[in-house]
Amino acid sequence: MQGPDASAALLQLRGIGKSFGPVHALTNVNLDIPAGQVTALVGDNGAGKTTLIKCIAGIWEPSGGEIRWDGHPVHIRSPKDATALGIATVYQDLALCDNLDIVQNMMLGHETLKFGLLDEISMEKTARQTLKDLAVTTVRSVRQTVGSLSGGQRQSVAVAKAVMLEARLVIMDEPTAALGVSQTELVLSLITRLASRGHAVVVVSHNLNDVFRVADRIAVLYLGQLAAEGPATDFDPQSVVEIMTTGRSSRNGNGSEPAVSRGMNGLEG
Amino acid sequence: MASAGSDDPGQQPGAPVAVEDHAAQAADDAALVATTPDLIADSLGEYTRIWFRRVRSGESGVLPVVLGLIAIVVYFQIRSPLFLSAGNLVNLITQAAFIVTFGMAEVFVLLLGEIDLSVGYNAALGAVVTLWILSGAHPPPWWVGVIGGLAFCAAYAGLEGLIITWLRLPSFVVTLAGYLGGFGLLLAFIDMAAPNSGGTIRMNSSVLNAIEGGSMSPTASWIVMIAAVAVAGLFMALRDINRRRHKLAAPPITVTVLKIAAMAVAGIAVVLISNTNRGVGFSVVEGVPWVVLVILGLLVVWTILLNRTRFGRYVYAIGGNAEAARRAGVNLSRIRIAAFMLCGLTAGVSGIIYSSNLSGMSSNFQGGQYVLYAVAAAVIGGVSLFGGRGRMLGAVLGGLVVGVIYNGLQLLGLGAAAQNIWTAGVLLAAVTVDALARRSSTTS
Repeated sequence: MQGPDASAALLQLRGIGKSFGPVHALTNVNLDIPAGQVTALVGDNGAGKTTLIKCIAGIWEPSGGEIRWDGHPVHIRSPKDATALGIATVYQDLALCDNLDIVQNMMLGHETLKFGLLDEISMEKTARQTLKDLAVTTVRSVRQTVGSLSGGQRQSVAVAKAVMLEARLVIMDEPTAALGVSQTELVLSLITRLASRGHAVVVVSHNLNDVFRVADRIAVLYLGQLAAEGPATDFDPQSVVEIMTTGRSSRNGNGSEPAVSRGMNGLEG
Repeated sequence: MASAGSDDPGQQPGAPVAVEDHAAQAADDAALVATTPDLIADSLGEYTRIWFRRVRSGESGVLPVVLGLIAIVVYFQIRSPLFLSAGNLVNLITQAAFIVTFGMAEVFVLLLGEIDLSVGYNAALGAVVTLWILSGAHPPPWWVGVIGGLAFCAAYAGLEGLIITWLRLPSFVVTLAGYLGGFGLLLAFIDMAAPNSGGTIRMNSSVLNAIEGGSMSPTASWIVMIAAVAVAGLFMALRDINRRRHKLAAPPITVTVLKIAAMAVAGIAVVLISNTNRGVGFSVVEGVPWVVLVILGLLVVWTILLNRTRFGRYVYAIGGNAEAARRAGVNLSRIRIAAFMLCGLTAGVSGIIYSSNLSGMSSNFQGGQYVLYAVAAAVIGGVSLFGGRGRMLGAVLGGLVVGVIYNGLQLLGLGAAAQNIWTAGVLLAAVTVDALARRSSTTS
């Protein structure tokens, strides 16, 4: 799978840095997130994955660098800014109300009204259509409470909620952590469907199996720096583990490695 | 060359489909329990089947309180044949009315996972303000007093809500302060409004006195009952028709018809009993007490507010997961303060009902005890102390349970000791049901 030209990427990070006092959580990260593809963000604990997605999602403002959206420089100062651009983040804790049903959760904060009262019919239709578009067919009724759903179904609802708000970029933080085998399949197929529908998808994950199943591109963070970045076909699990733990790959000269050196070079610019 | 050949992401499509079928099967059971049977059952038989499953798993809505109410009523009727007489039932309704409204007030804050311990004295203060405005030689019309009293109650509770959200203090402590301060203010207010009266302020308004003391005429009672059932039934039927028209799941027609029939039966029973002459001697006393209309009106308006408006949806969302609501863009502070104000407002109605029963307000008002009855009424009616679960109707039924216990034991000649022990037992049973329901609804 070859990604489009980097200049066409939906989201472009240029020299992004983030410091917390003396601690440099991110240093000079250059990364392109193209539409219609799944970009996996991998790295060891503390490598800066969470910091990076929080900078994109507007939770934290980067201390330096530039974020370009559709080729235009933007400032994302709050989650609202991110949402307005079309960036949706599905956090690990999902942030769903167990006591509300699927429709109520998906429409929360974006209820449609008719004569000042909630228009349940149009909301239910919208929610059902979104779930149908994403081929989430495992829920028996959209009127069941989210508390009764399985982990994978909850993840699906959280993603559907993000997509329904016309998100062009969906960031998913550890979407398959704490899920069983079949539930993981459910979520992975949902991720590929999202990308095939033209959304840009960023998946943060520890699980390299899952990463290689869905990712079109892989970006490896090491100690707050982008250690490698490129099409998934340029990597294999061993090389990714090596970069995650040491910051570089020992297999120089191997045909599949140019992406790594390109990523390293990117740090200079 | 160890490239990702074997794990090629391009070879996915086929696999997920089979998995989804499998997962669908597994999800079925949970769905049957968690969905309201209204929206997935196609027939009365299936509806009943799903409904029984929900009851077994603890998701039974107002069912336990209805069954409990029936059981207690049957018990008292066996022990004392006077219990279901017209005179006693109307007496019961007027006794329970203020506890019912207190319970409704508490629902707003309980749904948020908060509590308001000050509703009792807040209500008393509101009543005193109302009576104060209406005192004097040339009092303004009664509704000016009511608006003044209710505005005071809403402001008092709103101030508590403001402190709770602003300083991020627990509502338990802030409203405990509101409770103590309210008691102090009550003594001061009555002393100012009616000096040298021995701590009582009289009610001069005949309209307000009639809330508890007066009744609609028998004809008016029938008209109001029929109109209420007809409007409610019409709305339920229209909702189903509308859903079917948009090809959405709607409850089976038999279920809707049964629900409307149940409403009609309850309404006819209340009117029939109330319209029986309960006067002593030659005086004729008949008709539904006005307070029933007040409570019915509150129930309808508050239910629409909680179930059909953004505000209500956000109240439930905050009670379920405040962080999720915040991320969805809900202004938590605004909703919380508004909920406290509505709690105070409803408590104010309760205070006016109480003073209507007493034809005044006294500094002996048991504000502390009534708060606990209010919370008990709501919890008995299925409103969760942990937030996010419960309905207005539940608080009304729970308040009736508390009222029935009070009235029935009085009728049997038993005093406060037995009454409190009974209420304690019922409350404990209700909280247990709530806890079990919570446990079974969050296993995923």
